[in-house]
Parts: sequence; C-alpha cells; structure tokens
Amino acid sequence: MSFANTFYNALVKRNSVYVTSIFAGAFAFGVSFDLGVSSFWDNWNKGKQWKDLRAKYVQDEE
Amino acid sequence: MLSRLPASSLQSLRLSANAHSSSLLTTTVRNVSRVRYVSSNSGASSGAKSFLDSRVTLASATLFAVGSVAWYTHLYGSLPFFGEVHANSPAEEGLHPQPYPWSHNGLFDSFDHASIRRGYQVYREVCAACHSLDRIAWRNLVGVSHTADEGKALAEEVEYEDGPNDQGEMFQRPGKLSDYMPPPYPNEEAARAGNGGALPPDLSLIVKARHGGPDYIFSLLTGYVDPPAGFEIREGMNYNPYFPGNAISMARVLFDGLVEYDDGTPATTSQMAKDVTTFLNWASEPEHDERKKAGLKAVILFSALTAISLYIKRFKWSVIKSRKIIYNPPADKTHH
Repeated sequence: MSFANTFYNALVKRNSVYVTSIFAGAFAFGVSFDLGVSSFWDNWNKGKQWKDLRAKYVQDEE
Repeated sequence: MLSRLPASSLQSLRLSANAHSSSLLTTTVRNVSRVRYVSSNSGASSGAKSFLDSRVTLASATLFAVGSVAWYTHLYGSLPFFGEVHANSPAEEGLHPQPYPWSHNGLFDSFDHASIRRGYQVYREVCAACHSLDRIAWRNLVGVSHTADEGKALAEEVEYEDGPNDQGEMFQRPGKLSDYMPPPYPNEEAARAGNGGALPPDLSLIVKARHGGPDYIFSLLTGYVDPPAGFEIREGMNYNPYFPGNAISMARVLFDGLVEYDDGTPATTSQMAKDVTTFLNWASEPEHDERKKAGLKAVILFSALTAISLYIKRFKWSVIKSRKIIYNPPADKTHH
C-alpha cells in the first residue's frame, strides 16, 4: 500500500494540490496525446502531406 | 392474422391428403382430429404431429418463405418466377465503376498532396475550359498544394471585376487570394450554348454528387471506347459505358502527354485522370485529412472511456453479484 499512501499524501491530501494536479494532468495528457497521434499520423502518411512537399516549392526561405 | 388461424387448420388439409396413403398415418390423424388441442396430446407420434401442426411452425415457415422471396428480390431486383421486360439493358443504366485503390482510401490515409497539386494543374489546363469550380478560392490551395506566393501568383493571372470606386464605376483588378476560381462561362446559357446544349456541371462537389465517387470520375474519364455495334449515337455525343444512358456530350479530353507535370511524373491518361480525381476529391472534402485525424483521436479516447466504464461497472457490481441472501426464519416465540 506504499504507492497508495504516497499517492494520497502527495496529491490527494490537500484539495488545492489535488485540483491543480488534475488540471495539470489534463493539460499534459492533452498535449502528449495530440503529439502522439500526430506523430503516428505523420509517420503513416509519410511523403503524402503538404509539409513533406513544401520544401520543394518554397522559393526564399530567408 | 396468423393468430386467428385455428391450430387445426393444417390438419384438415393433411387429413384429406394422407387419408389413403398409409394406415399408420391415418390412425394418428384420426387420433389427432379427435383431440382438439395438440398440446394436450401425448405419445410418441404426437411429438412429430405437434411440431407439424404448431402455430410456431406455421409462422416460421411463412416467415421463411416471405423472407427468402424478399432476399431474392433484394439480391436480383425482381420477384422470382416473374418475367420482366426492360426498355434499358443494365449496361445502359451506366456500368458500375470498379473500386480503385486510392491513396486516401484507408482509415488513416491522408490525401496524396503531390497528386492534388498535379490534379490542380490538369484541372486548370484541361477541365477549366468548360467546368467551373466556384466553391474553391485561391486561398484554399495555400497549404494544401501550393505555397502562399504561388497562390498569389496564380490569382494575379486572373482579372476580377471589383468596385464601385469613388466615381461609382466598376473596375478590373488582378485577383487576390480571397477570390474564388473564375468560371469559364458568364452564365448557364452561355455554357449550354458553348457545349451543344449540355451544361458542364460545376466540379466543386462532383465527387460527392455522383454514385461511385472518385471511382466513377476516374472510370468516366478513362472509359471512352467506340460504341458497340448497333448503338446509335447522335451527332456531337460520345459513347461512354460508365455514363447513365451511355451517350455523353463531353468528348474524351485526356490523352497521353497532354500536360507537362513540373515534378516530372509521366503524364499518361490514367495518371492525369487519377490526379484530377484526387484533386476533385479534395475539392469536395477539403476537411478530409483533419476529419480522419480527429476520428482517430475520438476512437482512441472513446474506446478507452468505454473500457474504463465497463471495468467500473463490474467492480461496483461484484459485491451485488457475489452476495448470498440467506433467509433465517424467525424463531417461533409464541409459547403454546
């Protein structure tokens, strides 16, 4: 039960910490989930999307 | 209606049919006809009897017959054993296009944007002579098949009427990114007059607007053949097996080497047809890539949430499902 105790003492004991950690966790999950799905998508569709072609057609990149 | 049918209605039929066939059956039939209700019958022979005469059997046989006729009708489009005469042969309704392996077919597949870019070139150099694309603006191409600079350059090639200026007069100006693609004809009448009475449809949503979608468009563009012997075709019309009615006003337009792709792809007929179909599919569904990506996220999240809620349901119910209810009768406290 040490994990449960640590979890309780670190996060759940104080409501301010609990709510903050839920919000931060939701934010972190949202960003990482988005990044994960995007990287899968880009990998699956490698060479087909505009961002893969764009470099060929951009004239001045300065 | 079935419920109103008496259970013995089959018996009287079978009674007359079987009466002389076998003595054994006759005795059983006589047995049954004496007894009103099959369910009250007993004995080995009444098992088969009650199965044959039960309402459930009648209902399920009727259901089976109706169902198989309905299935046949659905499958072949006409009732069985009834001849039909059609003015059109199935071919004249338009040949069904073959499904093609589009690069955006799969659940996770985005459009092939190089193909969209080539397809735009085919549209601009070939199709745009007759077909408008009035729901697509130049800005829609930016970030899809062209850079912003290229988009501006493309738009500036076209003159648009704007105004009024401070003299109250309309004036011509070069196009901007926010302008929509110019139509080839000023109005429908001009378009019909230029094409022998036939109106070239707007291509903005054509892939969504036709059965078979991109497969149909590709098949139509590559499907021009000589009409079969005996097929009368009017002057100015062309034979295409994929077009309903088989006679289409649009002649074959795509021939090998018609355009020159700037990425060096050989411009064969089928390559151009594939590219322009991909472009038109993008024009019909510009949200396609984002939609599939959002769908992927939604499926992952919702299946995870479903799994969690199923687990919680089992967890909460485990106490209720595994409990025992024991009845302890109260001790008899009345002292006699």
